[in-house]
Amino acid sequence: MIDESVLQRVLTAATQGGAEFAEVFAEDKRSSSAVLDDGKVEELTSGRDRGAGIRVVVGESTGFAHTADLSEASLIATAKIAAAAARGNGAGSRNVALSRATATRPNVIELLPGDVPKARKVELLTRANDVARSQGAAITQVMARYSDSRRRILVANTDGTLGEDDQVKTVFSISCVATGDTGMQTGRESVGHTIGFELFDRVDVEQLARNAADRAITKLAARPAPSGQMTVVIGSGGGGVMFHEACGHGLEADLVAKGASVFADRIGEQVASPLVTLVDDGTMGGEWGCFAIDDEGRPAQRNVLIENGVLVDYMWDGLRARQAGRPSSGNGRRQSYQHLPMVRMTNTYLLDGEGDKDSIIADTDHGVYIAHLGGGQVNTATGDFVFGMTEAYLIENGAITEPLREGNLIGNGPAVLQNIDAVANDFAMGPPGTCGKDGQGVPVGDGVPTLRVHGLTIGGTAA
Amino acid sequence: MSIAERVLGQANVGEQIEVVAAHSRDTEVRAYGGEIEAFTSAESTGFGVRVIREQRQGFAYAGTLDTDVIMETLSEARDNATFSTVDEHAGLVEPDGVAQAALTVFDQALAELGPEPKIELALQLERLVSTGDPRIIGVEMAEYADTIETSVIASTAGIRSVGQETGCSLVAYSLAAEGDDVTTGFGFSVGRGLADLDIEEAAAQAVHRAVRMLAARPAPSRRLTAVFDPWVTAQFLSILGESFSGSEVLKGRSFLADRIGERVAPEFVTLVDDPTDARWPSASAVDAEGLATRRNVLVDAGVVSGFVHDGYSARALGAASTGSAVRGGFKSTPGAGTQSVVLSAGTHTPEEILAAVGDGIYIAEVQGLHSGVNPVSGDFSTGIEGMIIRNGELAEPVKEVTIASTLQRMMNDITMVGSDLTAMPLDATGQTLAIGDITLSGS
Repeated sequence: MIDESVLQRVLTAATQGGAEFAEVFAEDKRSSSAVLDDGKVEELTSGRDRGAGIRVVVGESTGFAHTADLSEASLIATAKIAAAAARGNGAGSRNVALSRATATRPNVIELLPGDVPKARKVELLTRANDVARSQGAAITQVMARYSDSRRRILVANTDGTLGEDDQVKTVFSISCVATGDTGMQTGRESVGHTIGFELFDRVDVEQLARNAADRAITKLAARPAPSGQMTVVIGSGGGGVMFHEACGHGLEADLVAKGASVFADRIGEQVASPLVTLVDDGTMGGEWGCFAIDDEGRPAQRNVLIENGVLVDYMWDGLRARQAGRPSSGNGRRQSYQHLPMVRMTNTYLLDGEGDKDSIIADTDHGVYIAHLGGGQVNTATGDFVFGMTEAYLIENGAITEPLREGNLIGNGPAVLQNIDAVANDFAMGPPGTCGKDGQGVPVGDGVPTLRVHGLTIGGTAA
Repeated sequence: MSIAERVLGQANVGEQIEVVAAHSRDTEVRAYGGEIEAFTSAESTGFGVRVIREQRQGFAYAGTLDTDVIMETLSEARDNATFSTVDEHAGLVEPDGVAQAALTVFDQALAELGPEPKIELALQLERLVSTGDPRIIGVEMAEYADTIETSVIASTAGIRSVGQETGCSLVAYSLAAEGDDVTTGFGFSVGRGLADLDIEEAAAQAVHRAVRMLAARPAPSRRLTAVFDPWVTAQFLSILGESFSGSEVLKGRSFLADRIGERVAPEFVTLVDDPTDARWPSASAVDAEGLATRRNVLVDAGVVSGFVHDGYSARALGAASTGSAVRGGFKSTPGAGTQSVVLSAGTHTPEEILAAVGDGIYIAEVQGLHSGVNPVSGDFSTGIEGMIIRNGELAEPVKEVTIASTLQRMMNDITMVGSDLTAMPLDATGQTLAIGDITLSGS
């Protein structure tokens, strides 16, 4: 994307104010999507984003500027703006020797989506639409979406790092509306991986369509969710978002450093049930949150955050790691070249336990089984979190019985971690997610085995 | 405009082309610990091209104005159009003769402002929050941000629109503690220029919102009357607005689809979408297809009176565009949507509403609203924080509880509307609102 010698001259310009650290992050991203809605292929969209962001750190201050023009003149001008923004008042500049980092790609891309005829992408949508609508007359609306992206990044910094990555993602989703006497209900399925079009050799869009349609139809007969505190069993693959929200964000070193985390100063303490071992893993080949290098040029890592209930470590980006005098954990990510990197999760998941799903449910007298959680959010300072249940059932006398309508689930992260009393051995990753923090969205994955938690509050409408 | 004209000049016979282009200069200054933590200075530009040929639509965008990319983008949009389903309603809007409202949305002084005053505002905001109350233990974020934006919409159907607007904001997130209890709060102020910003108010809100939640506990489950803070009202109205979108109505995804002329709220409730009202930050004289925006009445004295349309939903439903095309910048195609939803102000002060309610819950903040509301069915369930209302006054704080109802029931159960309309950094404004019957789930 940019010559090594140009990168060196840009870094020299960026350090003119006596900066301790400077970085060039360049990105060239192509994306395409196709949407079928209301029975029509509405449109195909192609997008191209290309540019570079330049970051300059002086003391505790960061200056940042970006440009869509990758010419040397524009990069140098942008570097000077970033240096001025960092308000350095030191003298001189630095020459930097760059050495190319070797990071292993987490997986091989077999079929670049850009090489696949658009007609094949459209055909996935029409096939899924037909199958979903054939699931029953109750299905009154179907929307299917295909999208892919290829994001090439380059990072060079004054530590001498020079790294490149080529990230290919493919995703498919379908959502159905079913209409009945009780009004309208929705069902959704999505699948996304950091792989190419070979995704559809592994995933059957017709099956996804059937699942989404069935879910919407099932919910027509669902009764209002109960309200109040109860025991909750979360299904394999369907509830990783709870760990993402309940403790993942609180383990991000930037929030910890600002005192905005309930997990600050608790390394080495028992913060969770001994059944909990939580990992954040950017190396998980093909998963939605994986990469070869993070957006600061650091190779992806597998980081154990909580081991048998004991807090082992936080997640770190370059800035926070430098301040703490330790290496980054490969969690420095950003939405695009127009954004500053910060500490972000990758693929966050709970390891298998020794229980099994059937006996966990059989052992639950009364509660709620949540097959799929929806989006959520957390207040990291208090640990209070909330998320939606998109597919849930009542558990009565040790058996899953009636479907429930949607509702929110709330709890407190540290309390929930302590209240996990069973973990099964059926681990699965969940659907692709987009994690929002401070206005930036990045792709993340999550996963869990079946598990049981006491004392979550369900916000249903049943009296 | 010259780039747009160049692209339009490439149009073939029988081909409709629309170009949207945007250029913005943004500054963001964050203070932390009495220093500038980050200063971002950004200039972004890009354009999107919509092509309609033989009643099929295609779209492409690029975040650059490089010559090679412009032609590549046009040919991608053309190619994309060949894969769409033939749709008799596909097309661009034509100028409809409605005059644009004269709005002042551009502040020349802000456009010319250097970095120093911006840095000072961020530092001052942090200082005001951190010294606002002895229980404030930290300021997670204190930020000044502004944007100066030019946008162009031009099409072969005769649309030529150039808009310029400025916006600036102050936002603070605070941390308060007492004993082991930690709470957070936020405050903001938004405007078109520095003169609109109220730094004292933004800081005071950030302090107040955190401090008042100290020692919050779950409350027992029950059904009760709720009073919404203006911030909560605005968030609900923003979501409710989706159900008035002609695009959603057309596709059977609105619970209001068949309810024109039906009573859905008490007679004292009138809901409008009015982007021509310059008091609100989302005001704009032009919609995302280049037509003049206008005041559209959604609910008139409790009765559903209309939906909002862009060119497509209007044609498909046999209506006229209401100047309500919205889009996510130049990277997407337009759809119909509300732009500035306002519930007509009532006559009661917040204090009068609390006094009239007597006992209930004051909802200061909602959590997970977007995942908790289903705009198709109208069901909602959301985490909340707030205060118990006892004997007409705010009492102890409450957290870790949820409220649930449906949007239908909520509208029907509005009992009082406040006079305290407040600008929000949203596509809706808000005031204090009392809702007669809500299910609270807690301990």
